[in-house]
Amino acid sequence: MIFGRSERGKPPVEPVTLKILVAGGFGVGKTTLVGAVSEIRPLRTEELLTEAGRPVDDTSGVEGKRTTTVAMDFGRITLREDLVLYLFGTPGQERFWFMWDELSEGALGAVVLADTRRLEDCFAAVDYFERRSIPFLVGVNCFEGAPRYPVEDVRQALDLDEGVPLLMCDARDRESVKEALIGVVQHAMAYAADRRRSVTT
Amino acid sequence: MVRPYAMTRGRTSSQGQHRLDLIAVVVTEPHADDPEADHMLSPEHVDIVELCRDIPQSVAELAAELDLPIGVVRVLVGDLVDAEFVHVNRPVPPAELPDESILRDVINGLRAL
Repeated sequence: MIFGRSERGKPPVEPVTLKILVAGGFGVGKTTLVGAVSEIRPLRTEELLTEAGRPVDDTSGVEGKRTTTVAMDFGRITLREDLVLYLFGTPGQERFWFMWDELSEGALGAVVLADTRRLEDCFAAVDYFERRSIPFLVGVNCFEGAPRYPVEDVRQALDLDEGVPLLMCDARDRESVKEALIGVVQHAMAYAADRRRSVTT
Repeated sequence: MVRPYAMTRGRTSSQGQHRLDLIAVVVTEPHADDPEADHMLSPEHVDIVELCRDIPQSVAELAAELDLPIGVVRVLVGDLVDAEFVHVNRPVPPAELPDESILRDVINGLRAL
C-alpha cells in the first residue's frame, strides 16, 4: 500500500524496482535482517519444486512423492514514490540453487551473512557470488555470546578477495542493516565503474 | 487441497512471454475497468487486475498476496498481458547495471530511512 492511491483518472506511479539479495547459512539471520529495514513484515513467496526443479531433480521411481516448496522471504523499502528496493533472502539449502540463479539475475548486489561459530556455512554463498561476478559484501552477524574475532582473521578464514568489503553487523538493528545495504550499493558502484574502465581501455 | 496449476489449466509457461522477473511490476491498463465481465478470466485473473489497478505490484508481491506459487502468477500475468488487461514494467535488464545516478539515489534514500 505504499505507492499511494492515485487520484481518479490519474495513472498510478510506476516505480523503478531494484533488488539486493541476502544470503548465508540456515539460521544466520537473513529474515531478521530483511525485517529490520523492510516497511512490510517480510512476505513469503513459494515455488513448487516439481515445476521449477524438473531439470534438476531426478524423480524417476518416486513419482508419488509430494511436491516440495521452496520458500523465499522478501521485504520492501520504498525509497521514493518511483524507486523501490526489494530485499530477497535466498533459500538456505544448496539443492535450491536453481532459485538463486533466478534471484540473482539483475540483482544490484548481495549481503552474505556470516556467523563466526559456523563460518563454513557461508562459503557456498561467497563462492557463488564470486564466480558470477556479482558484487557482494560479507556481514558478520554479531550474535550475543558468539566469540568476536578481528576483521582480518575472519577475512583470512573466508579467504576473501581484497576488494570484498567485510563488516561487523547486527541483523536485528535497523541502523546496522542500513549501513550494510549502503555498503553493498557503494561496492556495486565501484565495481561498475571498474568494469566500465576496463571496457574502454 | 487446491492444486495450484489447475488455475493455469496445467500450463507452466505462457506463450510468447519472457520469464517475468520477481520484481517486474504489473500495472492495470486504465481501460480494464470490468474484468469480471470477461468470461475467459478466472477469479485469480480478476484479483490481479484489481490488485494492480491503484497500486502497481511486483510479481513477488502478487504471489505472496494471493498465496500462489510464483510460476502460477507468471502464467496468469502472461494471459492478462496478452489480453491487454495489464502491462508489465521490467526491471533493469541483467548485465546492465542501473545508472550511477539511480545508485546514488538508492544510497541517499537508505541514509534517509
